[in-house]
Amino acid sequence: MKLPIYMDYHATTPMDPRVLEAMKPYFVEDFGNAASRNHAFGWKAEAAVEKARKQIASLLGCSDKEIVFTSGATESNNLAIKGVVEFYKDKGDHLITLTTEHKAVLDTCKRLERQREERIDELKIQRLMELTGQDVNAEDLATLEIKHSLDTDALLKRWIDKVRVGARVTYLSPKQDGLIDLDQLRAAITDKTILVSVMLANNEIGVVQPVNEIGAICREKGVLFHTDAVQGVGKVPFNVDTAKADLVSLSAHKMYGPKGVGALYVRRKPRVRIREQIDGGGHERGMRSGTLNVSGIVGFGAAAELAQHEMASEAVRVSALRDRLWKGVAAKLDYLTVNGSQTARLPGNLNVSFAFAEGEGLMMAIKDVAVSSGSACTSASLEPSYVLRALGVEEEMAHSSIRFGLGRFTTEEEVDYVIELMVRAVTKLRDMSPLYEMAKEGIDLKSVSWKAH
Amino acid sequence: MAYSDKVIEHFEHSRNVGTLDKNDPNVGTGLVGAPACGDVMRLQLKISDDGVIQDAKFKTFGCGSAIASSSLVTEWVKGKSMDDAMKITNKDIALELSLPPVKIHCSVLAEDAIKAAIEDFRAKRAARNGGSAETTPAATREA
Repeated sequence: MKLPIYMDYHATTPMDPRVLEAMKPYFVEDFGNAASRNHAFGWKAEAAVEKARKQIASLLGCSDKEIVFTSGATESNNLAIKGVVEFYKDKGDHLITLTTEHKAVLDTCKRLERQREERIDELKIQRLMELTGQDVNAEDLATLEIKHSLDTDALLKRWIDKVRVGARVTYLSPKQDGLIDLDQLRAAITDKTILVSVMLANNEIGVVQPVNEIGAICREKGVLFHTDAVQGVGKVPFNVDTAKADLVSLSAHKMYGPKGVGALYVRRKPRVRIREQIDGGGHERGMRSGTLNVSGIVGFGAAAELAQHEMASEAVRVSALRDRLWKGVAAKLDYLTVNGSQTARLPGNLNVSFAFAEGEGLMMAIKDVAVSSGSACTSASLEPSYVLRALGVEEEMAHSSIRFGLGRFTTEEEVDYVIELMVRAVTKLRDMSPLYEMAKEGIDLKSVSWKAH
Repeated sequence: MAYSDKVIEHFEHSRNVGTLDKNDPNVGTGLVGAPACGDVMRLQLKISDDGVIQDAKFKTFGCGSAIASSSLVTEWVKGKSMDDAMKITNKDIALELSLPPVKIHCSVLAEDAIKAAIEDFRAKRAARNGGSAETTPAATREA
């Protein structure tokens, strides 16, 4: 067994050697530009890209004409959400998403909200200039707004109704198990809602959302449905028609393909339109300009084909390993909590809070194993995982969480090694934890008035 | 982020982990930080009647840098007078362990723990001498 052991498959996956083999010819020999229509180099590249497009379409159960290649899922999420908001701005301006989405979705939504607010501020300044007959600066907006009762200004209200920049966003909180509340979703949809964006599977807690039900609600209400399917596709069954998904974001490197390549599925029947976000040569039917990453796309295609063929057996094997890991640690340690639904979950995900032991300390104590933690210390912001917090997990339990990500190349031997190491590390850290000592003495930690710092 | 060798050394071979009798009149206990913030440090000092720190023990819930900072200060304070121990600053700790900016708060916590433990000891002594003064442990349980 080789050390260190990789158990962080949600961050990225190792590339499958078979994927690398497929890619090899497309660097030095077959280097052509897929957009070169008039010579053999271009034709060869184009044929390779089109083969990959079919392989990916086959995995999603869609037509190859519905696949737009991008640089990765962050770009796909940006393109889907901003593209829809800009294209359908006359239809509505309201989006619905979950608080546990990936930052590529949440920060895109936040930018759209900010754009709308900035436009409204401009209108307010314009209106105040009319009302006061003077020049108005942004700094004075807050005070003058109250002085001139802009909140009841009828003309301003009409102007705001005409704003077609950015969006309003509803962020739904998931239930305690991390899953969306479908009744809440239904209730949040208004006649101004144009898009619902809910991920297929969560990158931290691995919960798999009921996308088929979400899609059905969206279709019934005439709202588009986007799903960031990065973590789920190739791991759990997913089909664009069953899910009634209109837009689907994918990434190659989460499914044993290369980094730097992704795709956006854009439904053709009924036709979904998006406004392109990158201007240029009009590649990908105008939806995403830029020379195609041919070798990357070939690798993506190969990875998709492997995922399609091996998903069923792989899911059985990987989930058995995951269960072995959980049973192994749970047999020897107390005060453990699994975060997120135990049933609607990716085969390779285990997210556990090891109470009284801090996540980053744990990661340091098991330094031969690569995992992730929801602890603040592992992030730049010093805030513990927003996903765990959204589930109502206490801050201290979020600090104590470890995310294990198992996958195609994880072995039973590795799992057994990690169990032993984990038990040793948690025991060691608890032995040096004042909290564990206090808990064992029967002190309710909640009753202690902590000195904040 | 890579850890410095000294952080790794103190984390893997932590010095003076343990518990002193908090009811011993010569033991001062400092409990700083909060579970919600991801780090709690408990430093206990056994201080002689003439004010010299004879023993130090710690228990810490926190990241590697927090554990290393606690371990380091237990080594540093032993044999020092209370006044000299009070002079240890977070900068000394951060410098010794080469803590990156994002981990400075761990060294601040360790400095606070020394101060809290000594304050607790002084309060205990005042209570013993004065009789009526209340003890003010670093973190008290609410009734």
